[in-house]
Amino acid sequence: MKKRQSAALERKKFFADPVMVVTICLLTALLALFILYPLAMLLLDSVYVRETNMIPLDTVIAGTAEMTYGDAGGHPTVEILDNKGKPATIAVDSLNTSFGYLFAKNGRMLKEGNEIDPANTYVKVARNYLSFDAFPRIFKDYTFNRAFYNTLLLGMITSFGSVIIGLLFAYVDCYVDVRSRAVKRMFDVVSTLPVVSPPFVLSLSMILLFGRGGLITRELLGIYDSDVYGLGGIAIVQTLTFFPVCYMMLKGLLKNIDPSMEEAARNMGASRMKVFTTVTLPLMLPGLGNAFLVTFIESVADFANPMMIGGSYDTLATTIYLRITGGSYDITGAAAMAVVLLAITLVLFLIQKYYLEAKTAATLTGKASRARALIDDRSVRVPLTALCSLLSAFVIMMYIAIPFGALFKLWGRDYSLSLKWFQQLFRDDGFKAFTDSFVLSLIASPITALLSMIISYLVVKKKFKTKGFIEFVSMLAMAVPGTVLGVGFIRGFAGGVFRTGFMQGIYGTGVILVIVFVVRSLPVGTRSGISALRQIDKSIEESAYDLGAGSAKVFMSVTLPLIKDSFLSGLVTTFVRSITAISAIILLVTPRYLLITCRINEFAEKGAYGVACAYATILIIITYSAIVLMNFMIRHFGTSKAVRLKEE
Amino acid sequence: MASKEKKGVRLEHISKIYKDPKTGKDFYAVNDVSLDIEPGSFVTLLGPSGCGKTTTLRMIAGFESPDAGEIYLGKEAINALTPNKRDTAMVFQSYALFPHYNVYDNIAYGLKLRKVPKKEMDERVAKILELVELEGMESRMTNQLSGGQQQRVALARAMVVEPGVLLFDEPLSNLDAKLRVSMRTEIRRIQQALGITAVYVTHDQAEAMAISDKIIIMNKGVIAQMGTPEEIYHHPKSEFVADFIGEVNFLTGTIRKVDGRSCTLAIGGHDVTVDNPDGFPVGKDCKVVLRPEAGILSDEGALPCRVVLSCFMGAYQNYHVMVGDTLVKLSDYCPVGRKVYKVGDTAYLSFREGCVHML
Repeated sequence: MKKRQSAALERKKFFADPVMVVTICLLTALLALFILYPLAMLLLDSVYVRETNMIPLDTVIAGTAEMTYGDAGGHPTVEILDNKGKPATIAVDSLNTSFGYLFAKNGRMLKEGNEIDPANTYVKVARNYLSFDAFPRIFKDYTFNRAFYNTLLLGMITSFGSVIIGLLFAYVDCYVDVRSRAVKRMFDVVSTLPVVSPPFVLSLSMILLFGRGGLITRELLGIYDSDVYGLGGIAIVQTLTFFPVCYMMLKGLLKNIDPSMEEAARNMGASRMKVFTTVTLPLMLPGLGNAFLVTFIESVADFANPMMIGGSYDTLATTIYLRITGGSYDITGAAAMAVVLLAITLVLFLIQKYYLEAKTAATLTGKASRARALIDDRSVRVPLTALCSLLSAFVIMMYIAIPFGALFKLWGRDYSLSLKWFQQLFRDDGFKAFTDSFVLSLIASPITALLSMIISYLVVKKKFKTKGFIEFVSMLAMAVPGTVLGVGFIRGFAGGVFRTGFMQGIYGTGVILVIVFVVRSLPVGTRSGISALRQIDKSIEESAYDLGAGSAKVFMSVTLPLIKDSFLSGLVTTFVRSITAISAIILLVTPRYLLITCRINEFAEKGAYGVACAYATILIIITYSAIVLMNFMIRHFGTSKAVRLKEE
Repeated sequence: MASKEKKGVRLEHISKIYKDPKTGKDFYAVNDVSLDIEPGSFVTLLGPSGCGKTTTLRMIAGFESPDAGEIYLGKEAINALTPNKRDTAMVFQSYALFPHYNVYDNIAYGLKLRKVPKKEMDERVAKILELVELEGMESRMTNQLSGGQQQRVALARAMVVEPGVLLFDEPLSNLDAKLRVSMRTEIRRIQQALGITAVYVTHDQAEAMAISDKIIIMNKGVIAQMGTPEEIYHHPKSEFVADFIGEVNFLTGTIRKVDGRSCTLAIGGHDVTVDNPDGFPVGKDCKVVLRPEAGILSDEGALPCRVVLSCFMGAYQNYHVMVGDTLVKLSDYCPVGRKVYKVGDTAYLSFREGCVHML
């Protein structure tokens, strides 16, 4: 075939649109800097060793010093320091030859005759080199191994439990004739509660209801030594937190199964059970796997619940946190662990995104042709509905415990109502915590919403070189556990970019917190933007383009208004996710900012459950109001309004 | 309204290569196409799906870039211009109306981009709405309109900017059959009223005939034939074109004698006299292109045939006859007062003078 001129023409046309070119360059740079770079630094940290040895000078002179420098590669730098850590100078001839050689190469200029006391002087040998030693080291490390095993075990239990309960709910919702409206309403509440609540609220109420001083264990059942801390506690709490996500995912799948397939099986003589095991279940298998992996990633990445209710059951996320904040400050070890944790979530994410999602789409295409005849057989309906209602009631009870935890005078002792915890909260910096969290989240939301819409637009509608990069990296953030991102940001920005001091100014400020909020919510917004844009006929934008609008104009006047719903929900989702975020933030927050979630964590650790509950209660009210506001805005200002007009 | 200079479109050796998604091999979607569209004329690109007509149109609009050749709009080479910089306006198959704007804002979109003053904009929108017969619908949302009305809004939106050339990408294929017929007359009327150059893509040959000054038939990325609807219908240059436009029968024979502008052709052992404008020599094997309405059945003549189907269709009597072992379909219009043949009858086929043509 002849040499193509179209590539050259496309390039010319591309560069004729400076706004788009600049946007793409900026986006690529931002994503590289704030998502890829911190992760890369983490990887580097786990293999890049900075080693310093302080050797007493007299042992060097005597020739008995252990000279560990220079054998593992890397160029050591040598300095002579006095016992106060100040540089000192000594005579060259008082050193033995091998050090003398090093000094000639690396040391500071030495003058003869300076009097020093060799016993109080040290030779500082520092060197930087690449080594994979950290990995064998942490794999031999008992704490790490324990945490690794714990994390995977917890992930298995939680995802298994969540998928089963989620499937039960989805099945009952789609297949069973649930007569009672109240029960249906309860399902809705259960599916939205985890969205509006901070991630660790259930841990809190677990302790309040089933802990040693628990309302149920102690007051009702008279058990005085109940222990909720540990695997059991976390697994229950995580399952209750994550199963609604599975429920919503599987419900979407079940709705897409054409009932006539099942009717065909029934018609050929299969029992209901047989239909479920031979038709429904196999069709859902990829979807179930998908839900399993999504939950697994969430569980493995979860920081707050294991932190609060884990007791001595440490997971990777908490171990990393403790390595950094605890006494040992083993940054290489923490970085290596973060790399391991990232590897787990990343592999699962890739399987989920590129294998299972495609498979789910392939087995379940199109919509159900008509409504399904619901099962109203009493022997099926009654037990299933009862089971789901019981579970829902349990979850709702867990949430109700929170406001009461804030209103009871002293949980476990004095169950009279009072507002003293709220009063204490506002006396004690509570107002600042709410303002800080609120303002930072409020700044992050429009940035995230707009960025994710721009990314979706570019990814779905445009062709350019870094498209694959932008799409992958903005989705990648979904697979990165908050703790890992937090460590990455510490390593990446504490000393400035590449430790040059560039952008060091943002470290420890609100800016970095906002950036983390944006990065954490970007995948969610982008995903919703992409699916919204895929619904829009390509020619609508083409016609605007054809009539003379440039890319920026097309985006602002046509694309954005058409995906307004997605934009609005991105706005609120980011706000809610940010204000309830903890895992990455807890590693980066400085005393200048008080964040609600960190305060709750603090008070809960101290055992001050009353104040923690008061914080959590107000937080739930804020997030719930935000969701209500969003729904109101979508109903009254959203794009769907125009579409609804047609149906009327 | 069309105060602006009308522009022609010229394509010089345009090619476009695509990759076949199944085999991964490159193929020519458009192969060395050259065209010259005169200012103010209505030209239709007609062909089966995959013939490259839409690709050609999208290259004129700028959504695709040619792999070889140059496109001119008027005197300007526009290869490297982005669609928004080209003086074209397109009417899309799906109409592509902006669902979040009302009729007025949809139509005024291009004018706003051109920074037309508000007063002039109102006038121009009002005028174009009158032309497409949608007066008073300015504030309707687009989804409150019927398909035909949406089509008119799309047309108005493209025309109001007075483009150098108006492009149509199968604009009527989403309408029902009846509306399609009336809309094509509308489009032709409006285009004539404004005198805008128009390039129209369709796979519907009746639509192409009804609407165009010139038809360009494409097949497998190349131009099969270019000409007025009459030329294409009566003098197709290839079997493909003859077959694609209207109903057709082919009868094969050998030229036995040439006599000036006519010749004697032997079809299945029977001699028939046929026009020979192309001057085909004696001994050449030819195909007679016989339109259903160009054949006449009678009780005597040169070419005997057997009636295998006879069917009253209202406007005409439909016959299938066997000439030797070739099936020929005929339409005898206004059969009232003439003999109607029945299945099994033997009749003689003759050609209406000047209406058949040889390949």
